[in-house]
This record gives sequence, C-alpha cells and structure tokens, in this order.
Amino acid sequence: MQHTLSVLVENKPGVLARVAGLFSRRGFNIDSLAVGPTQHEDVSRMTIVVNVAERPLEHVTKQLNKLINVLKVVELDPKTTVERELLLIKVAAGRSTRSQVIEIADLFRAKIVDVAPEALTIEATGTPDKLRALIELVEPFGIRELVQSGMVAVARGTRGISDKGSKPAVAG
Amino acid sequence: MKVSGSQALVKSLEQEGVEVLFGIPGGVVLPLFDALLDSSIRRILTRHEQGAAHAAEGYAQVTGKVGVCVATSGPGATNLVTGIANAYMDSTPLVAVTGQVPTHAIGTDAFQEADITGITLPVTKHNYLVTHAADIPRVIKEAFHIASTGRPGPVLVDVPKDILAAEMTWWYPDGVDLPGYRPNLKPHRKQVREAAALIRRAHRPVLYVGGGVSRARASEELKALAKMTGMPVVTTLTARGMFPDDDPMALGMPGMHGTYAAVTAMQKSDLLVAIGVRFDDRTTGRLSAFAKGAAVIHADIDPAEIGKNRAADVPIVGDARAVLAELVSVLGKEAESHPPADIGPWQEQVLRWKDEYPCRYTQEVGGLLKPQYVIQKIGEAVGEDAVIVTGVGQHQMWSSQFLRFNRAHSWVTSGGLGTMGFGLPAAMGAKVGRPDAVVFAIDGDGSIQMTSQELATCTVEHIPIKVAVINNSHLGMVRQWQELFYKKRFSSSYLPPDVPDYVKLAEAYGGVGLRVDSAEGVEPAIARALEVQDVPCIIDFRVDPEEMVYPMVPVGHANDDIVLGPEYDAGEDQEGEE
Repeated sequence: MQHTLSVLVENKPGVLARVAGLFSRRGFNIDSLAVGPTQHEDVSRMTIVVNVAERPLEHVTKQLNKLINVLKVVELDPKTTVERELLLIKVAAGRSTRSQVIEIADLFRAKIVDVAPEALTIEATGTPDKLRALIELVEPFGIRELVQSGMVAVARGTRGISDKGSKPAVAG
Repeated sequence: MKVSGSQALVKSLEQEGVEVLFGIPGGVVLPLFDALLDSSIRRILTRHEQGAAHAAEGYAQVTGKVGVCVATSGPGATNLVTGIANAYMDSTPLVAVTGQVPTHAIGTDAFQEADITGITLPVTKHNYLVTHAADIPRVIKEAFHIASTGRPGPVLVDVPKDILAAEMTWWYPDGVDLPGYRPNLKPHRKQVREAAALIRRAHRPVLYVGGGVSRARASEELKALAKMTGMPVVTTLTARGMFPDDDPMALGMPGMHGTYAAVTAMQKSDLLVAIGVRFDDRTTGRLSAFAKGAAVIHADIDPAEIGKNRAADVPIVGDARAVLAELVSVLGKEAESHPPADIGPWQEQVLRWKDEYPCRYTQEVGGLLKPQYVIQKIGEAVGEDAVIVTGVGQHQMWSSQFLRFNRAHSWVTSGGLGTMGFGLPAAMGAKVGRPDAVVFAIDGDGSIQMTSQELATCTVEHIPIKVAVINNSHLGMVRQWQELFYKKRFSSSYLPPDVPDYVKLAEAYGGVGLRVDSAEGVEPAIARALEVQDVPCIIDFRVDPEEMVYPMVPVGHANDDIVLGPEYDAGEDQEGEE
C-alpha cells in the first residue's frame, strides 16, 4: 500500500542520504520524493511516497525518528490531505495539431509555457491521477520530454505539521 | 585565545574528560598527533586501526565512559569500520575521530581519500564532517553527548587536514542544542503500573534481561526487582554478570546455545518481563514459536526496538535503570493492597530444570583436554574481580555457559555483530580501563589470528593481559555446523594447531608463552600466567577439536527443539564435571 510521509529535517548536508539509506537498506523503492525549504530557514521538509506494508513502514518511521537531524515524521492520510505534483511535458505539435494540444491543456487548467515550431511545453499541477490523465491524452501526439516533481502534500485544516497535537506517524 | 583546529580538538577531548585514546597516526592526522604531544591524554599506539576501535570498546564497556579511537584518512578510517559496526550493534559509547584529506581535495579521489562519513552512515548513531575549525568544539561536545546518552552508540567525527591546521578562537559550549535528539529516559507511569499489574498476576514470569541493563548500569535495580518478585532471571550474552549466577533464580544465557533452564523457562512462561533486549534471533529461535503463551512487557530506551520482532502487550520506553526502579517502587507500594500470585511452583519447576539439565561435559583422566574444563578452571582461578573478554565462536559460548558471573561489567564480548578478532584488543582496552583488575581474554585460535598484532601494543604499552587460546585447530563453530548440517564436509575450517606457534608468537612480541595439552597442566599454567607482570601472557591450550557446543537450538527451529547433546544421550547417571 502507498504511504505518504512528511519529514521535517534540519537543513544540513547529508540528511537526505541518511533518510534514503533507511529505505534502501531494506530494498524499498521510494516512489516519489520532494525536498524543499519551509517557513523556518534551518528546517527542510521532505515528502516521501513509498509502497510498503504497514509493519515495515512503522519500523522505518521509528528509525527515521532516531536520526539526529530528523525533527518530526508524520504520515499523511490521503483522505484529509492536499497532494500535488508538478509536471512539465514537451509534446510534439506542429501547425495542424497545435490547437488540439492547447485545448487539452486548457481542459486540465494547465499552462503552455513554451512554444516552438514543432512542440509545445505544458506546465500542469495536480494530483497524481489528474496528471496521469493529462499524459494519457497528449501521448498520441508524441511526448518529446517529460519531467515531474515528487509529490508535495499538506494536511487540510488549521494546524501546521510542527504544531503540538499534529499526529506523529508513530507514538513514542 | 587563538588555537589551531588540532589544538581545539585536543582541548575539546580534554573537556570531555578523555584520559586515553587508541589509534594510529598518518598523513592527514599528523597535526592532531602533534597537538596530542602537549596533552595529558594518554595515546596508545595500536598496530591496526581495528585494534584501536575494539580497544576503545573494551575500555568503554568496563568503565562506562566513552571510548575514543583515532585514525587517519582512507585506509586508516576504513580499518575502523568493523569496530564501529560492532559498537553500533552492541550499543557501546564510542567516538571515532578520523582525518580527512583537505577540504579542497575532497571528492577528487585524492591520495588516501575515503568517504568515511558515507561509509559509516548505516553503522553510526551519527557522524560529522567538520568543515570549519570553529565548529570543532561544538561537534565534539555533541559527539560525546550523542554517543553516551539515550541508547549509546558510536559517533564518527571526520576532520579534514586543513581544518586541523586552521586557526580558531577557543571556546567550549556548555551544552548541546539538538532539537531532533531528545531521548526519552523516564518511563511512563501508567505503563509501569500496567506492567506491575501483569507481573503480580503472572504465575510463570521470566525476567529477560539484555545489554540495555548493562549499558544503563542497572544491576542493583535489577537485583532489587528480582529479589522482590522472585522471578527467574535469564541474562542474554551481552548481559552476563548483570545478575549474579550464584542466585538460585539465575538461569544463565537463553538462546541458541543457552542453558536448558533459560530456554525452557522462556518457552513455558506466561509473562516475559523484557528489559533492554532486542528479541534477537539468536535468543528467540524461530520467532513464531517463541514463548507462545507469554504476555510481553518490553522496556527499552529505543522506541524502535519495541514491537520490532515481538509485539509487546505493555511497551515501556525508558532507561532500563529508571524502569526497574519504578517497577520496584510501584510493586512495593502496592504489595499489601494487591498481593502477587504464588509463583512458588514455577520457581520449583525452574530449579528442577536447572538441576536436571545443567551444561555438561566430561573431562576424562588422560583424555583429550576439554575446552570447557579449561574455561571453568580459568573462572575458578581468577576470582570475581577479574574481567573476562572473549572473541567470537565456540570458546565464547562455553565461556558464557561455564563461567560463573557475579559482578556486573566483568564480561566483555562481541554480541550482535559477532566479530571474530574482538577479544585480544578489547581485553587490552579493558585492562587500560581497569588496570587494577586481572583481565583474561578467552579467545579462539581462529579469532586471535585476526588481531594478534596487538600483542605488540600490550608489550610496549605495559598492558599485561592474559590470553587463553582455546586451540582446537579449527574455526570451531564453522566446523560444528559442517559436522551437523553439511554431512561432515569440512570446507576451509582447519587451522594447523602449530601455525603459528603461540608460545613463540608470545615470545616474539616480548610476552610470555605457555602451552598446555593435558588436564593436569591447566591449573599450574593459569597460576603461572597470573604471576606474569607487565607483559602479556598467552597460554596455548590444545583442546579436543571435536568438542561441540551444547545445548543447541538448530537455526530456524523452535526453541522447543533444544538439543542437549551427547552428554545426555549417554544416560542420566553420568556425572557432569571432571
């Protein structure tokens, strides 16, 4: 089953390797990973999507908590979470097909961010499902290049992840 | 005050109370060793960095302080890795300082460059690459704090040569600021109460005690709980000595080569009171068949251990010493209002197992020398104040089985990683930490050859350890498995008993060498070894190469399948000893 972990870490060299090492030593593949700054200069946030069973995930989470540079680990419940990915996709589009591709992009509220004589680059954000649907629709025109960010996710509601009371992934 | 990075490093070590460090200089740590010349810290020049790491572990285990080892970049650093990994598995407080190539050369495959922070990432509690001389005091302060608190473990500090040479203004922090590191020492009161309630209601409880109790230095609290409740106590390999073997309720070591009483009591128990243990595979055998009828109280300082292998009915996160003290306090207060269940019949049952199925061997007069006999005689000769250190293999299991431990921290061994070669250098470090005590290494002929070069260190540094080589001319445990599970196809397990000649080896290193090949010679040789002052003494005990370690639970089997061995096949009337 797929799980989304939000991990607050100190913004220091080597932290990503420490975190990733706990997954790789077990042979777990990280499906998606996004790392970026937070409102606090010295704190970064990682969003990790992994496909593992409950028990090994619990153990990895406990071990993540043991890393000195890890401040907090929270598992996000997809039902109460806003999840977004960013997609940049370069689609083959000449004079005859350009308008069709633009029409699809519009349907997905995506933007055309670059135009060349034989291609268009579309920027889209959304849930993984939405982006998958967009990719499927433009695929027949020919995909020249595709790049996608890892998922970023935030729990709905008033509370921030670092507030007291936000549910840690593992108690204790 | 302006100081160099090296001087700052040395001053920081002094601030942390470091009295001795083990290590070897080399290219990039020359500035550090230069600064050490002006320090009161004792430098012990080992002959291999692995020896330095194990020596620091031995020192740490007997003193309870943080052990320190130092190595140069590249091969110096990589040679430490086995020792660091060993310290990680056994939660030994260790700080390893390594030199690194200059900052500008990092990542260029410079001479003697190794990414040691990368290499040790999975086997350290934490590690640092220092990139500014001004950070050295803070990093050292943090390293000692992390290594020695919570669940102890090794911390590596990698310092590039230019940082050692750079100037900084001396300062030393009062404390540490580690927002992501807050070990939970104090057990939750409610959990302790629930545990106490389970203990009171149990009819067949077993106190299952591990290395965490040793690291928390909680033997007094353990004895208090055992005395108050009368629960039988099993001590895992890393906890031997934490509970006195002379106590009738001491069942010895559990697990693959554990005593019948310890293994069986756990299997039949209705409550395991697990303190500072990992439910390690060597203890549990086949996990699904382990102590199936038992509820579990699991207390550990590391939340990641709880529920890892066996689900806990009452999990308690906290320092073993605090947990034991709290349990004693709660059980004491509630003793009158909530009288405990009668465990008398259980105690009698356990005593019967202990009495009927002790670990046995037979030393025949004029027969081949038995390793167990040698080990038992060493135990009798050295007394309770001695420290026993072992390598890894059959000799280690026999030592755990046939020595009687009554003092905490009188036993140093390599548990989790099972590191052959640990014994001799760890004994050296233990002797440095406890110069007043007799330190006897019991080693195998396989184990000792992995680190025997440290005999030079022992002689030169006047560290007079005793080393009993249980020489059975084999990698004995390998041989045992080949005999039992590989149809006696002995592949790469024979070691000619005369190569090396251990007497000459001892003498070549400036020590004393003795050889014993009969039972009569054992006691005089040990007595002679105990008289040797100032230099190391090796006794080459030529023992029966076919002797095997029993009891044994074959790997992958349930602990109910414990095999008592030939001593019991031969009939019940046979006497165990001598």
